[in-house]
Amino acid sequence: MRGSIPGSATSSHPIIQPRTRRGEVARYLRRSPLAAAGGGIVLVYALTAIAAPFLAPHPPITQFLEDRLGPPSETFPLGLDQLGRDILSRVLYGARLSLVVGLVVVVMSGVLGTTVGVVAGFVGGRVDDILMRVTDIFFAFPALILAMAIAAALGPSLTNTMIAIATVTWPVYARLSRAQALVLRRQEFIEAARAIGLSDARIMVRHLLPNSLSPLIVQASFNMGEAILIAAGLSFIGFGAQPPTPEWGVMVSEGRDYMTTQWWVPTFPALAILTAVTGFNLLGDGLRDLLDPRLRRAV
Amino acid sequence: MSRYVLGRIASTVLVLLGVSVLTFFIAHVVPGDPVLVALGEHAREEQIVAYRRAYGLDRPVPVQYAVYLGRLTRGDLGISIRTRRPVADDLQEFLPATIELSGAAWLVALLLGIPAGILSAVFKDRIFDHLSRLGALIGASFPVFWLGLLLLGAFYYRLRWLPGPGRLDVVISPPPLRTGLLLVDAVLAGDGEALRNALRHLVLPALTLGLFSTAVIARMTRSAMLEVLFQDYIRTARAKGLREGRVVALHALKNAMIPTLTIIGISFGSLLSGAVLTETIFAWPGLGRYATASAISLDFPAVMGVTLVVAVVYTQVNLVVDLIYARLDPRVRYE
Repeated sequence: MRGSIPGSATSSHPIIQPRTRRGEVARYLRRSPLAAAGGGIVLVYALTAIAAPFLAPHPPITQFLEDRLGPPSETFPLGLDQLGRDILSRVLYGARLSLVVGLVVVVMSGVLGTTVGVVAGFVGGRVDDILMRVTDIFFAFPALILAMAIAAALGPSLTNTMIAIATVTWPVYARLSRAQALVLRRQEFIEAARAIGLSDARIMVRHLLPNSLSPLIVQASFNMGEAILIAAGLSFIGFGAQPPTPEWGVMVSEGRDYMTTQWWVPTFPALAILTAVTGFNLLGDGLRDLLDPRLRRAV
Repeated sequence: MSRYVLGRIASTVLVLLGVSVLTFFIAHVVPGDPVLVALGEHAREEQIVAYRRAYGLDRPVPVQYAVYLGRLTRGDLGISIRTRRPVADDLQEFLPATIELSGAAWLVALLLGIPAGILSAVFKDRIFDHLSRLGALIGASFPVFWLGLLLLGAFYYRLRWLPGPGRLDVVISPPPLRTGLLLVDAVLAGDGEALRNALRHLVLPALTLGLFSTAVIARMTRSAMLEVLFQDYIRTARAKGLREGRVVALHALKNAMIPTLTIIGISFGSLLSGAVLTETIFAWPGLGRYATASAISLDFPAVMGVTLVVAVVYTQVNLVVDLIYARLDPRVRYE
């Protein structure tokens, strides 16, 4: 963890430190092939999402009606769906949507949860009590059920899906960052910051937050996977993205009747969900082992 | 009752009150016009006025909440737009199927997850550990709805080993309704055929729903066991000359189960979430399927009723888990 005593942040071996850190990461990746695999999957997935318009052989909603439900072939490597659309192109564009959903959810719930948690932990007392009771209320709902109720209240759309998922996932960030803030607020560098007269807000943003990031980054990775999974689930039951959007959950839902006859229709989008979520979960596990030395030893 | 137990119950009551505030907020404040959501876009003017008056929607929001809470305490969850029956009656009818399904899935998760986690920790870094960790990882990432489709496709459509959607074959007449739990009702009626059939119908949905929790419980059990296995008292037990099996089963497991218990309670929430998707795929007449069917027809009172009831059930399950936890671990009680 980085120390951030005001004024001395850059004084300790600025050149040697990053190099050792990088060496450590490289060593760790060699030792933990699963974490490396997770990182690899996430990287490929992100690049695919960004480059989808260049990689996709066809636009995602163009129909080749004469070939509808066609099996995987040279022209259509993953086959065609019930409306004659190229499944490969739709899966690639779907990566784009799910990446956006994941990122937006992580930013929304991360910012909200961390703010609540840091304030609760740092200020303490009654503020802490109230904020944590509010957090408990959100924990009382199973995620998908609450997300469904919110999505139903707001109306089914991809934007509302993101709002719904962020609403159900922020409390984890709040608990994690509160725990960090509770430990840190008693440390000397925070007291030093207070002694030189910095405002509470400045201490929280500039000194507490940067030192609380490790568990939050790990959570962000798990949260990406979770968001993709919940979004797909909501779309599957008709609450999220609406057809003809090339969203993976919608694609599996639309293709479910062809499971036994034209297996490729639901299978490839489902595999895409599985791969992306597994990637983020692997990366989360790996990051946790890397950033939390306590766990690195035991597990 | 100890102070801990009373405190825990008090905080549960507080959470439930908060739950009612949140569901009220989602139902009455989030939608631009709750009346339009409740009655649909094509409601006539006089219907809207009547609805507003009947539900007190013309009064200030805090008064509305008080009225809402008063109705909740009387068990009044409003009238379902789709079924035109009181939501509470609907829920009573659909809840048992969900309890049966999530109970069975919980059992699957415990019976598979805990042994897998223990063996994984005992054989750390051996082939079983690697396979079980990989399995748990994929299990935690698997879309529930796809697993359901896969199992249904393989074991029902292809192999014909297990029955398809629903709780009973159509040719089997259900046992007389007593608890709503088919297995219990079949046993009470002494109806062996219905019991066997209901059990066979339960296998695929329970496996589908249980996989995610199995993975989570296996992961937690493994890391809790590893944490315990390096403790001094385990070394002492070994030094006394106890057999390894005894050390693991008696000394380590007991303490490793304490943190695992919390995850088991929390995993019930993911079961209730997963039930929405599983019930949709297996045409299981439970709360989840009721909720999705209601939501698709914009039946808002029904959706909010399910949300509320599920939160109440989940909160109580976690209360029970915490009380068991306090019973097992005196440190929790005296903190």
